[in-house]
Amino acid sequence: MSLISIFIVGFLTENIVLTKFLGLCSFLGTSNKRKNSFWMGLAVIFVTVISSIFSYLIYNYILVPYKATYLRTLMFILIIACLVKIVEIFIKKVSKTLYKNLGIYLPLITTNCAVLGTVLVVINNNYNFLETLVFAFASSLGYLVVIYVLSTIREKLNNSDVPESFKGYPIALIVATIMAILFGRFI
Amino acid sequence: MKRIWNNITKENSVFVLLLGLCPALAVTTTFEKSYVMGLCVLCVLLGSNIIISLIRKIVPELVKIPVFILIIGTFVTLVEIVLKNELPELYGVLNIYLPLITVNCIIFGRALEVASKENVGVSILDAIGTGLGFTFALMILGFTRELLGNNSITIMSSEGIAKLTGSSLALKNIFPNFIPINMMIKPAGAFLTLALLLALINFIRIRRKKHVAH
Repeated sequence: MSLISIFIVGFLTENIVLTKFLGLCSFLGTSNKRKNSFWMGLAVIFVTVISSIFSYLIYNYILVPYKATYLRTLMFILIIACLVKIVEIFIKKVSKTLYKNLGIYLPLITTNCAVLGTVLVVINNNYNFLETLVFAFASSLGYLVVIYVLSTIREKLNNSDVPESFKGYPIALIVATIMAILFGRFI
Repeated sequence: MKRIWNNITKENSVFVLLLGLCPALAVTTTFEKSYVMGLCVLCVLLGSNIIISLIRKIVPELVKIPVFILIIGTFVTLVEIVLKNELPELYGVLNIYLPLITVNCIIFGRALEVASKENVGVSILDAIGTGLGFTFALMILGFTRELLGNNSITIMSSEGIAKLTGSSLALKNIFPNFIPINMMIKPAGAFLTLALLLALINFIRIRRKKHVAH
């Protein structure tokens, strides 16, 4: 598969939020405000790309040669947790404003399924290094775009007249349904 | 008893708290997959709650979260190995959602809220209640989606659970003249089912509140 088609698969046709349901907690939780979801998405891109590089290297050069692939779940979650911590410390040192924006979301990313999910998909599909990089970037970019769009719609919905029993989560899920139908059409 | 009942109904993790949604929406395309996933989560929750509750006094505050994640991850790996050996087809179908139990907010939430504060007995009861509540929610979602999307209910399919029980059981063509709505087993159907179920729960709650007020 060429790199472009991997990018399109990761970004659109197999969008991580709308077809794989990953990162839904943050999708519904933080997507109230446009600004929040934008920074959250950026933090996710950052962590996903770096952690899939590390996971790729550790999986293929340590776990596979020693026949310990059953340890992958533990290994990946450890990599992600460590990376999130390192990234947090690094950003704090480098830029105060970036830390102020990204900082509060970073601890949440450890338990964001979008990150671990992307890493697992990459390993399952046996991508090579470059493909891993492209897919990780594409799928986390897909995450950013979808939660940004959804939060924009939800901001508008706050001012509109929604039936009482649909207020809050149900209407957000209905919006997600419509978006999922649209994304489903790409296939 | 009350705690278990509460965790299943009033504090149901999926329908009320909206936690652990990834597996709840992703695997509920058939009834069988739904309850198997629910039971896997129940097992992991039970194991991790017991261990975390036992070691809660010796874990320093600073490394609490990494330690908990590792304990949960260990149990997920155990469940993965068991399922891979016993039911390889089902393991293949559940795919990445099995390892993803590690980052399921329900298990993590229970570990922080209950297991790291209460004794072992309470933690076990809480794990059973929450796990059953989750399984129950998944079963409702799976039931609705498979019925509408495929006009069938798979209780024990021949390549899944039937390998353990010996007999397969699946209802097909339940309503003879009903044309299945294909969308329901697609991702969009998952969002729609959950949205409508939540709206229904809200509707009942609002009505009951009005009833009390009058």
